[in-house]
Amino acid sequence: MKEIAPASPAPDNLDALRLEVAGIIVEALNLEQAPESIPPDDSLFGEGLGLDSIDILEVALVVSKRYGFQLRADDDDNVKIFRSLRSLTEYIASHRTQ
Amino acid sequence: MTRGVPTLPLLGHACLDADLAWRDGERISVARFLGDVHRLAALLPVGGHVLNICADRYRFTVGLAASLLTGKISLLPSTHTPETVRQLAAFAPDAFCLADGVCDIDLPQFHYPELAGADHAGPIPAVAADQLVACVFTSGSTGTPVPHRKTWGALVRNAAAEAERLGLSPAAPHAIVGTVPPQHMYGFESTVLLALQGGGAFWAGRPFYPADIAAAVDAVPRPRVLVSTPFHLRTLLAAGVPLPVTDLVVSATAPLSGKLAAETEARLRGPLLEIYGCTETGQTATRRTALTAEWQLFRDVHLCIEDGQAWAYGGHVEQRTALGDILEPTADDRFLLHGRSADLVNIAGKRSSLGYLNHQLNAIPGVLDGSFVMPDDEQIDGATRLAAVVVAPGLDRAALLHALRERIDPLFLPRPLLFADRLPRNATGKLPRAALDELCRRLRSDPA
Repeated sequence: MKEIAPASPAPDNLDALRLEVAGIIVEALNLEQAPESIPPDDSLFGEGLGLDSIDILEVALVVSKRYGFQLRADDDDNVKIFRSLRSLTEYIASHRTQ
Repeated sequence: MTRGVPTLPLLGHACLDADLAWRDGERISVARFLGDVHRLAALLPVGGHVLNICADRYRFTVGLAASLLTGKISLLPSTHTPETVRQLAAFAPDAFCLADGVCDIDLPQFHYPELAGADHAGPIPAVAADQLVACVFTSGSTGTPVPHRKTWGALVRNAAAEAERLGLSPAAPHAIVGTVPPQHMYGFESTVLLALQGGGAFWAGRPFYPADIAAAVDAVPRPRVLVSTPFHLRTLLAAGVPLPVTDLVVSATAPLSGKLAAETEARLRGPLLEIYGCTETGQTATRRTALTAEWQLFRDVHLCIEDGQAWAYGGHVEQRTALGDILEPTADDRFLLHGRSADLVNIAGKRSSLGYLNHQLNAIPGVLDGSFVMPDDEQIDGATRLAAVVVAPGLDRAALLHALRERIDPLFLPRPLLFADRLPRNATGKLPRAALDELCRRLRSDPA
């Protein structure tokens, strides 16, 4: 599996962005847990945080508005971007326009 | 019943050169499709039942047609949890799984092969109308999925009725883009069968994000149809992407609000028809939701109400069938829909019943008592989630969710999952809704 390469954000910024994205997930889905408690590398769906495709579209909507770009699935694996909090954060970092 | 052996053609296209699908930017003709179907039919294993989980709509359809020609029955369960797969294997011990990607389903596997891609000279095959071609499962209320057997004749008559209502025909071929999977009854009927019988073509992919949906619709020639759900339509409109002209939008799986319907028509610049149907009967009615709340039955399909219970019969509905909804007839061929009967659950188009879900919850070792709870404030155009209250002193949240995930579709996993010392059962063992709601409110405000 190829990792999605981030553009070139500094590690500190990426950590801050990750927490911000975790906050978006928690708020968009009314999850009953703190953003800091989402492990960066755990799966966001299935056995991990337990998100499904409905949740992913909800989060994608907020992400597209907040960061000014539309998410695209370039292959059959629609939810690859959402594999983990880290992969989502890196995808946002390399695609954001605002 | 029948004289001779009536057959119905696999597809209704006017000629072998007609479009059948678009895949990876490539147009696939009927001749090429038939070539792939015949080659796959020669390669399929001997088992008489197929669980066709191909994600690619074209491969799914080739798999379906090859199964038709070799007399295999396609299994269409509502979910693929390990428990469901075990039940499928017990129902059909010769079942195998046809997959086009990584697959962890515990059945003998047959991977969709590379096919040579050569045209077939025809003729278009015909299939006996009474051939059993699919078993569609509903969850039932006792823990065992209930099979609904579909003959080729019933499926074709249903698809023909839908094509007629939507204005699709081989003389006016439409391009269909679907956001729903071909394995779901709605996607099966309204993307695969509708394209085959309506002489149209479908987009092989299943666009997911709003920008993907807009790009797929834009990529196919007009006239084009978007087959979707209230949830996908709501996110599509909310995303703020430029939307291509769409000649027809079709929605099903959950009620659509008049407001979202009107907004969809304005933004996509085409009419939206909402479809009413269920696994047992197939599709039976449509409405132009932006203009009316009344549903119009398909030609020859009739409705009657007896003691509050609605029944459908006639047309492609082969047997008089009880409906799980509360309906009010307003004319011979029209009705209003007043919601589901109490036990039914529908989340993002997946249907189950509280009886089934409670059975699965209480079958988990360590669960002493437990009940799913339907929320009062069901979201229109969105996705509602169930809650559950459980008495399971020896189990933690993660273990219980893991066990539930083995048994029920992830969409029905409870949010929140609440733990209690006991459930407020009354003297007869029943759980009064008010007491259950009160307990949920208390547990949610004081999760400790």
